[in-house]
Amino acid sequence: MIILQPRKHVSLRLTIAVPILSVLVTLVLGGVIFALLGYNPVQALYEFFIAPLARPDQIGNLFVKACPLIIIGTGLIFCYRANVWNIGAEGQLILGAMGAGWVALSFPETESRFLILAMAVMAMAGGALWGLIPAILKIRFKTNEILVSLMLTYIAALLIDWVVRGPWRDPMAFGFPLTRTYPDAGLIPRMPLPGIGYLGQLHWGVLVAFIVAVAGWFYLSRMLGGYKIKLMGDAPRAGKFAGFHQGRVTIMVMMISGALAGLAGMIEVSANIGMLQPHISFGYGFTAIIVAFLARLNPMAAIAAGLVVALAELGGDAAQISMNIPKVVTGIFKGILLFMLLAGETLTRYQIIWIGRSQKSATTQKIEE
Amino acid sequence: MFDDLLLTVLLTSIPLILAATGELVAEKSGVLNLGVEGMMLMGAVSAFGFASMTGNPYIGILGGGLAGMMVAMVFAVFVLGLATNQVATGLALTIFGTGLSGLIGAPLVGQAIDGLSALYLPILSDLPIIGVLFQLDALAYLAIIIVAVVSYVLNKTKAGLILRAVGVNHDSAHALGYRVLQVRFLAVCFGGFMAGLGGAYLPLVLTPHWAEGMTSGRGWIALALVVFASWRPGRVIIGAILFGGVTILQLVAQARGWGVPSQFLSMMPYFATIIVLVLISSRGRIQFGSPAHLGKNFLATR
Repeated sequence: MIILQPRKHVSLRLTIAVPILSVLVTLVLGGVIFALLGYNPVQALYEFFIAPLARPDQIGNLFVKACPLIIIGTGLIFCYRANVWNIGAEGQLILGAMGAGWVALSFPETESRFLILAMAVMAMAGGALWGLIPAILKIRFKTNEILVSLMLTYIAALLIDWVVRGPWRDPMAFGFPLTRTYPDAGLIPRMPLPGIGYLGQLHWGVLVAFIVAVAGWFYLSRMLGGYKIKLMGDAPRAGKFAGFHQGRVTIMVMMISGALAGLAGMIEVSANIGMLQPHISFGYGFTAIIVAFLARLNPMAAIAAGLVVALAELGGDAAQISMNIPKVVTGIFKGILLFMLLAGETLTRYQIIWIGRSQKSATTQKIEE
Repeated sequence: MFDDLLLTVLLTSIPLILAATGELVAEKSGVLNLGVEGMMLMGAVSAFGFASMTGNPYIGILGGGLAGMMVAMVFAVFVLGLATNQVATGLALTIFGTGLSGLIGAPLVGQAIDGLSALYLPILSDLPIIGVLFQLDALAYLAIIIVAVVSYVLNKTKAGLILRAVGVNHDSAHALGYRVLQVRFLAVCFGGFMAGLGGAYLPLVLTPHWAEGMTSGRGWIALALVVFASWRPGRVIIGAILFGGVTILQLVAQARGWGVPSQFLSMMPYFATIIVLVLISSRGRIQFGSPAHLGKNFLATR
């Protein structure tokens, strides 16, 4: 019989080893699955994880891919620490992009630097609003936030599809479902690196992602609000006795994560696309869930976690072309990684003990005595 | 016209009935498996693959169910064996299932298969209006039978009582000598098999081809249906037909040119899910059927 016994002490070495081991095991298992399905596993792993980094400019693109993942992941960490299960970040991202797009398309002639700020504010408002809906329904009607936030994602995807085909469509786009291009003041330019110059598509939004992650870390680990979130997640009863309101914390974390997802949507569009189209995100809202877990719910670690997962995403793009497999296949690696991380979580918190039959009967006897 | 409409609504609801009934059994044992979407996709791609290889859609049914069960076993090993967080593990299963089905299905895109043909029951299928109820295919009849059997087993047999006991309080059930993890493992496997069948229904009956992500959220709607049904198998059928009706209504509205943008009509099933969740959850009725230890992990003690 196997028994999981809580550990008295969790070593730092184990805490660091788990994410690293998880990544390694994921690579091996992913390779095995590719081999079983008749693909060359070495080629698959090469295409997914090494080929994307073969050129230096691709390193810039890696940061670009990681940018939305880090921002959304940081927001989701707020939710998951509070034991609130927001899995609708994808929809919140879309609403954010629409909020920003509405501002940008309303002032096509402006050259004001404030445009980009107004866009960011509207993006965060849009995302926060979309996150607020499941929070309010959860508090008021006890509905399940997982299902509501997910249904809102489907609704958001149809909403953006409607605006770019209907009211916001560029009449000069020859019938394509695209809006007009944003004015230059609404775009995020590329960021030159000192001594290197431009590196791939590296843009200023990446800097924002780093700031968001550090600020999130500071708030969660150094401020009362962060402590409140953690307490309400781990011990809601104790939190209530301390005078904290479960409902307020739920609303706060859902709005924060919604706002950050919205911001990520705005940056994604302004830096890479420059207009709205039916598909502006490749499931970043879902992928960021893995980033949050890989970072072990620590926003600072979300930077590294975002880069690791972004590598798999970039690899998915490459493999789509070179191996002729759909992009969703990256999900194999992402799914296994999440499985491994969760198993690692158990192994750090518990010790696995085998109990032989003789031992078992001995303990049973003790109880009987 | 009305007959056709009723038949379409019924066919649309069958995958939801299958997947939701399986999930209901797993949840009754106390396990919340959010991987339904992933299991359905695995069922869909395997059913299509087997049907296309053998030319026999009935082998496709079996292949779909078994594929769903196999990935459910992975979930069970983590959630039951390693006591991992059920919500996150379920998400991992959905992400993994979506990816794996995409890889398996990559060579199958663009192929076509012969789906399940309708089996007309003699005499009954000639009846006016309700005759369409007897013009379904084998898997649809099977779905209805399974719901009846599940309802009977859960409520009238000792096995059902043990399953519910494990879901209500695993510590008491353990103290009484029931094997909590074994019961939950079987329940999760059943849930996976049913989700696989639900996925299989899509390529075998509704659209005879494979497309990545072809379940388009049906797995999540099935999860909502379990709540809607307040964990009673019979109500799953009612709920699934309502959702099927909403989905078909959008097609009707489009065909008649009601002047509403198609995107808003496509939103209706998702809106309906939210509204239903609000209505059901707010009345507090949810507490009657909801297993008390749903989503809580069991750790054996010495």
